[in-house]
Parts: sequence; structure tokens; C-alpha cells
Amino acid sequence: MSAGDLLLRVEGLRISIPTDDGVAQILDHVDLRIPRGRIVGVVGESGCGKSTLARAVLGILPRAARVDAGRIVFEGEDLLALDQRELTRRIRGKEIGFIPQDPFLALNPTFKVGTQLLEIMRWHAPDGGDGGGGRRGAHRARLLDLLRAVQIADPEAALDRYPHQFSGGQRQRLLIAGALACRPRLVIADEPTTALDVTTQLQILRLLRDLANRFGLSMLFVTHDFGVVAQLCDDVMVMYAGQSVEGGGTAEILERPRHPYTQLLLACHPDRAQDLAGIPGTVASPLAPPPGCRFHPRCPSARPDCAVARPATVVDAGGHAVGCVLYHAGAVPAARPS
Amino acid sequence: MLRFVLRRVLLVLPVLFGLLVLTFVLVRVVPNDPSAALAGQNATPQQIAEIRAKYGFDQPLIVQFGIYLRQVAQADLGTSIQSGRPVARDILQRLPATLELTFAALFLGAGLGVPLGVLAAVRHNTWLDHALRFFTVGGVAIASFWFAIMLQLLFSMQLDLLPLRGRLGTAMAPPAQWTGLLLLDSLLAWRLDAFVDAVRHLALPAVTLSLGAMATITRFTRSGVLETLEKEYVLYEIAAGYPRWLLVAVYVLRNSVVATITQIGLLFGALLAGAVVVESIYDWPGIGSYAVAAIFTSDYKAILAVTLLVGVVYSIVNILVDLIHGLVDRRVAAEL
Repeated sequence: MSAGDLLLRVEGLRISIPTDDGVAQILDHVDLRIPRGRIVGVVGESGCGKSTLARAVLGILPRAARVDAGRIVFEGEDLLALDQRELTRRIRGKEIGFIPQDPFLALNPTFKVGTQLLEIMRWHAPDGGDGGGGRRGAHRARLLDLLRAVQIADPEAALDRYPHQFSGGQRQRLLIAGALACRPRLVIADEPTTALDVTTQLQILRLLRDLANRFGLSMLFVTHDFGVVAQLCDDVMVMYAGQSVEGGGTAEILERPRHPYTQLLLACHPDRAQDLAGIPGTVASPLAPPPGCRFHPRCPSARPDCAVARPATVVDAGGHAVGCVLYHAGAVPAARPS
Repeated sequence: MLRFVLRRVLLVLPVLFGLLVLTFVLVRVVPNDPSAALAGQNATPQQIAEIRAKYGFDQPLIVQFGIYLRQVAQADLGTSIQSGRPVARDILQRLPATLELTFAALFLGAGLGVPLGVLAAVRHNTWLDHALRFFTVGGVAIASFWFAIMLQLLFSMQLDLLPLRGRLGTAMAPPAQWTGLLLLDSLLAWRLDAFVDAVRHLALPAVTLSLGAMATITRFTRSGVLETLEKEYVLYEIAAGYPRWLLVAVYVLRNSVVATITQIGLLFGALLAGAVVVESIYDWPGIGSYAVAAIFTSDYKAILAVTLLVGVVYSIVNILVDLIHGLVDRRVAAEL
């Protein structure tokens, strides 16, 4: 895959945050590639750094967080080199749309929905080419089109209503419209269905898939659910305790998971598990991460050299990348758990 | 909404009744006899006794209170011992001066307190925040009578910039009286000279009275903004590319001022109480100085009337505050 096809490239990203108990290494060498026009899922357990990765791309990390190493290259430009003002002016809302995790908390309760969504467009929407005077009208018209696209009933009336007058699913639809308002090149969705009930989750996923097809969206989709990945994502990147451990096409990863963590995670999924399988132990603490591969204390295939250094990433001809010593040259391929 | 207002007004009535009972008891329990004051300095004991009988002071306290309540219910606040005129007329004449002073203090307090609070929150834990905290603690702690005298010493006596006392210079002809609010009246009559003079007289009393309110509003706004900045929707708005200044000045502030608005309603009571002290020091002809004079002369009808009025004004302001609250946050309006 040539670099020209890549919309977003995260390389060796390391982020730490000082806490009262010491410095937490919340991201440790994360790699991610989002080719143009594809939906890339980032999957892992809670606390593995998925949301931190999404926020790092937008530059909305907690104030104390430090980027220790790595690059976030978006359209050939390193986003980490931009200050907050530049990010606000050129990137957020304009080039990168954001769909937040909890639609119940993400809308400002004291402003009309229309006001909030039009505010994004007021600062970031490209001119409709109507000569400036009708800008507001053009924004409103586009927003109404988008609200129809996300299947909000009676969009005109919706603009004048307040967030508490909508259900969770409707609010998430409004936020999706907000993310798409300024025709962004990339949409970042941070577990957009986690806060919703199951039937609504399904509707939102279908909607996102339809919109992605219709508008040719490129998307970074954060989730903890491999089932969602299977339904929506073209590619997937698996994270464990702040490290990216495996990545590739969704079908490939689901069929032939290589990293022991991915294999166990897939085995945990209720659809696949023979009985209630689990992964022994708990996720490594970012305050005192185990040396080397952070998964080795829980890994059934762990070897002495796992604790020595973070395993280099091996990529095969099909683009399937895995960071595990089992796949280093000369290693004996691991047996898949049955 | 109408139902809400009606319900609140009905709830005010028992509060006012309680206020009257308390004040009546407090005023009459103090061992001084209004009859003696009424009869004058050279009255014989017999004359005093006659007056006592005439005004019903020889009746049990509860009967006296009953008589007073019936008068109040008929909108008769009685006659002032001090001035010999109906208390209602005295108060109506003096109320605009107090309203002008308290509202000036309130606008000053909110107009400076809200921006300062936002500033302190945005510059959280910087030297500016610490300096403002020092100022707010001081603002609440400083006694207004001391602050008033310091201002008078500096601006009137030393620098001779502002007048020492009163509402209007003695040489200044007052503008035609429409509302009793001098600033408004002088503008309505297009008397700019009177307007400037009135502002100069208002400056020191208003600053004195506003200091505590400003400090409190600054603190409440600061903590409100800090709390709102932590909200999930603010993170979303940053991610959605809202400019920083717009985010803070509009989208965060509206969610933060809810606590401040409630506080302003409560502060209004403190302002009216503070006006009593401030008016006395600056010789401001409002109901505060009237109340002080009434207390010194045991003019109990005047004391009761002022107390009642302050209670009514305070209740009205707080009903208004709740309505404004509903305007700012529509979720509250749905519950009104």
C-alpha cells in the first residue's frame, strides 16, 4: 500500500500522564494506518488506550498528558506539531469530525440543537459559493439535508428543540450530523453505540455503514466489541494496555488472528465462546507496566524473551501486522487455541 | 408558568406574616415606651397614660398585633411617630433612593464579578487566580462601614474627587420627579448636569455596597465555570472546533451562571440589609437611613413597615430569579 493512499498515519505514539502515584504510560508505541475511504476499527478492553488514541488525534488529551514520542500524520502534516489554535481553526470539526461516546452528555443542555450544530458550520463549513450573503441559509439547508440523511423526523422542528427533548438514539443521530456537517476528510467515532440500548445500537451502526457508503467516509471507529468491528470495519487494529498488538483487514484478523491476545479476545466473544471463556489475570497497570510485551504475564504462549523488549512488528504480504515474538523469523508458529 | 408565579406569591404570604410577628415582638419587647416618645419631652405622666390608652399600648401585645394586622390588611401602615405623616408616604418617597443604590451595587457587582469569575476560572491556578481569590476573600471579609469611611477619606477628603454624602449637590436643582430614580429622571428631563452630579454622588455608596456582592459573585462564577469546563459537552465542543473564546464566553458561561443567578437573588437580601449601614454613613435618603432613625425613636410602625417592604422586595426578586433561571435553562422551565 503506498503512502499516498493513507489519510492518517500514527507512528510509534507514546503518551504518558503524571499522576499522584507516578507517571502512567497510557500509550506505548501505537501504530495505526487509515487508508482513504476505509473504516478502521480500534478494538481492545476498557482502559487499553483506545479513546486516548482517538483524543490524541484531535489534540484533546487531558492537559497534563505528554506526548513522549511518535507522529500523527494527517494528510501529510504532523498534527502533533500544531498548537491548539491551529487545531481549532483548521482541523477540528473541519477536517476531522468527531462522534462522541455518550450522546446524553455530549450536547450542551442550555442551547438549542440547531444553534449548536450551526455553530460548527459557522466556523468551519466551506463556503457554498453563494457569495457570502446566504451563508447562514446555505448552512441551514445543508444541515437539514444531513438531518434527513441521519433520519431525524421533522428536521425543521428539531433545530429549535433542546437536547433533553430527544432520545439517546436521536441525540447520537444529531451528533453524527454534526460530525459530517463540514464534509470532513476523517470521522473519529469514540464508542458511539456504547451508551445506547441494543436495538438502537444496531440502528446507529446501520446508519453509519450507509452513510460511509454514501459519502465515501474514512473513519476511525473505537470499540470494545469485535461484533461491531465485524459488521462495520474494513480494517482493524487491536490494542492491549496501550500497545498496538495486531492489525490488518477485518476478515483476515477475524479468520486468522495471530497475536495470542487477539485470539483470546475473539474466544471471549459470546458468539464464539464454547463456554464462558475469559483471559486470566487483569489488564496491566499503566503505572507499572510489565517490561517488554505488556501481555506476557497473561499470555499462555509466553517465553522468557517476551519480558526483554517490546516485540518488533512483523507485517506479511497481505498487510497483516503483528507484534509478537512468536512470529519473528525462526520462531515456531503458535498453535491456535481450539 | 402563571401557576408557578401564583403559587410562589401565595407562599410569600405566610413568610411575610412570620416576619411581622417576629419584628413586632422584637420591637415591643425592648423596654422602651413609644407613648413617652409620642407625648414629647415635657409630658406629665397623665398625658403619657392618655396617649398609651389612645394608641392601645395598654392592651395585651396580641391584641395590639391584631389591630395592626387589620390595618395592614387594609393597606394602612399607620402613622410615623417621628414625622407625623403616614408611614406609607414616607417610604414611597424614600424607596426609589434605596432601589437606585441597591441596583447600582448589584449591576456593579455582577458586571464586574461575572467577568472576573470567568477570568479566574480560565486562568485556573495561575497568579491571576490567586490574586482574585485574595481579592474575593477580602471583599467578603471587609466591613462595609470601615470600607465606606476609607473611601470617603481617600476620594472625598484627600483627593476631593467625589462628594462626601447625599444624593445630589445642594446647589443642584433636582430634575422633575417621574420615577424617583435620579439617574433616570435626570435623563428623562435631559438634565445632564444633574445626571453627572447624581452619578458622582452614587459612586462611593454603590462601590461600598457592591464590594461584598462582587466578591461573592466572582467566587460563584469561578467555581461554576470550573465545574462546567469539566463537562463532557465542553470536551465535545472543543473537539467540534468551537473557538476557545466563544466556548467560554457563551457556551460555558450560560451553564455556569445558573448558580450565580440563584446567588444574586439571595445577595439582594444582603444588599438591602447592607443599605441600612451604607445609607447611614453616606447620608443617603433611602429607607435604610429611615429605618435607623425609626429605631432610635422607637417609631415601631415605621420599623415594621420597612421590614415588611424589604420582605416583599426580597420575595419578588427571588421569584424573578427563578423565572430567569427557567429562561437560561429550559429543563428548569419545563418544571415550573
